[in-house]
Amino acid sequence: MIARARYAAIATALLLLVTLPWWVGNTYYVNIASQILLFAVFALALNILVGYGGLVSLGHAGLFAVAGYTAALMLQAGYGHFAANSAAIVVTLAASAIFAVLALRSIGIGFLMITLALGQIIWGVAYRWASLTGGDNGINVTTRPAPFGISLAAAPSFYFTSLIVFLLALATMVLLVRSPFGASLRGTRDQARRMNALGYNVWLIRFLAIVLSGFWTGVSGLLFIYYNQFISPQVSALTTSAEVLLMVISGGTATLLGPIVGAVIVVVMKNVVSAYIERWNLVLGVIFVVIITFMPEGLVPGTVRLCRWGWLVIRTRLNRTPARTARDQAQETHGSGAPS
Amino acid sequence: MMQQITSAQVVILAINSFALGGLLFLLSAGFSLIFGLMRIPNLMHGAFFMLGAYFGVSFLEWGMNFWLAALLSGLAMAAIGGLIERVLLRRLEGQVLPQVLLTLGFAFIIADICLMIWTGDPWQPTPPPELRGAVQAMGMFFPLYRLMVLAVAVAVAIALWILVDWTRLGAMIRAGVDDPPIARVVGIKVSQLFTLVFCLGAALAAFAGVMGAPFLSVYPGLDFEMLPLALIVVILGGTGSLLGALVGSFILGFLYNFGQAMFPDLAYVILFLPMLLILVLRPQGLFGRVMT
Repeated sequence: MIARARYAAIATALLLLVTLPWWVGNTYYVNIASQILLFAVFALALNILVGYGGLVSLGHAGLFAVAGYTAALMLQAGYGHFAANSAAIVVTLAASAIFAVLALRSIGIGFLMITLALGQIIWGVAYRWASLTGGDNGINVTTRPAPFGISLAAAPSFYFTSLIVFLLALATMVLLVRSPFGASLRGTRDQARRMNALGYNVWLIRFLAIVLSGFWTGVSGLLFIYYNQFISPQVSALTTSAEVLLMVISGGTATLLGPIVGAVIVVVMKNVVSAYIERWNLVLGVIFVVIITFMPEGLVPGTVRLCRWGWLVIRTRLNRTPARTARDQAQETHGSGAPS
Repeated sequence: MMQQITSAQVVILAINSFALGGLLFLLSAGFSLIFGLMRIPNLMHGAFFMLGAYFGVSFLEWGMNFWLAALLSGLAMAAIGGLIERVLLRRLEGQVLPQVLLTLGFAFIIADICLMIWTGDPWQPTPPPELRGAVQAMGMFFPLYRLMVLAVAVAVAIALWILVDWTRLGAMIRAGVDDPPIARVVGIKVSQLFTLVFCLGAALAAFAGVMGAPFLSVYPGLDFEMLPLALIVVILGGTGSLLGALVGSFILGFLYNFGQAMFPDLAYVILFLPMLLILVLRPQGLFGRVMT
């Protein structure tokens, strides 16, 4: 019953996503949907580390920008889209590996501080090394690619590309979560010592997780530059890392749906807020503080908890309490337990 | 790309390096203590520095004495920092991710409020009149104000050293850094120490902000430029080590000034090189111990 409902929900969501350009109509909203999808890919990538690996990175905007800048510079130098994108992915993978080697010298707060500093290095290069990156003026990306002869210049075709990439990223995450590798990654998050004692190479598992996360971060970076057709140092700033971290946290870490919901919330809010006032950073900060203070486990688990609680109350009111199955009970205790 | 520098410039650069190093020490000593004692990565620290500098700017605009403005700004920031610590951070003890997000959230809030009040234009207050000139010695001119910044930083370093290493309070702080649970067991009020150290760190950051304003100037974005510097100093010197913070600060001061003169494009990036070296060779920092 629950499984059938879930399949129905997935099918409905897919149908809505695929037909989105037709029922939304307005180009502006189609573009916002593309933005949401590309940031959802970014958030899913970061969630591998934050959610499943327990490694909080504040330098991911750096990796995002590495991909973007590499591609933009290659395109500017006259290379084709395929060469530029391949090079961007290779460079981003290399950068992720370097990030991983350095940041994994420490875990917990140390990991976070090192990734923050590494992210700032990339910001420093992008902003100050003006002869290479154009400094604050950024780099224009004049054309979007046309894979298989289909031009991505129009909003709907770009939306479909983003959708395909997003679905691929989501599929990777589903596979990751269900794979032995995903299980061992969660193991290193919860019981690193025990995993070590069991013979797992904790360092290698974390390293691979960072590189995988870097790969999808790079892919979303490419989508980003093609979407905006422009890249500037602002992309690599700490604000970007913080925004994506907010997507992961607000949706709920270590869930598949969380980062996606987070991306919807943050992108929509950013667009709405920016339309009225220039105080996006203030709003971003206030959201952080409010979420941490009132819904520490994230919006998705928080809402699920509230709904479950509400449903229990209704059921008790109706005085129709059927014998609960062991599974329900297990879920409730799990759901209402304090976040660790 | 490399620029040539003369020997006369070297002396001036060295003075500037010492002044910047002293300033960085004022900024990062508090950061290091907060991090060492409370295990809190205080991402507001750059914002404290900037807000403190803006306070100083306003106090000076009202015609206040420079030193009084710096002290008042420090006091105001101690109050703000203490309030945030007592009311919000306190409830998140031991939870790294929420602490990071909360401090980051406040950093954004403070940055935007500063932009609202003091606008996007840079402010550069003048140093106090008695320190505006330069002293001449051995045929060279030394900017008086920067020498003063260095002197103040050294004085603060000595005061902190005496406080931490030679007083009862300092012994309690060290005990709290080494082993909070045992410190509690022997009757040290670690929670109050936390607040005290947090206020002290916030005050030092704000004081540094005012001291730095005459030569760094104050502008939006200063906060997130200073925060990584405090991070590097702590990674270089080792968590919770004042001596480490001092040495790390001067290394950065020199790298920044000489880097700026020799490789203008890459000056900011060069700052991070020693951090990378340290991470590879000695991840606990120059004077740090292995953290669990």
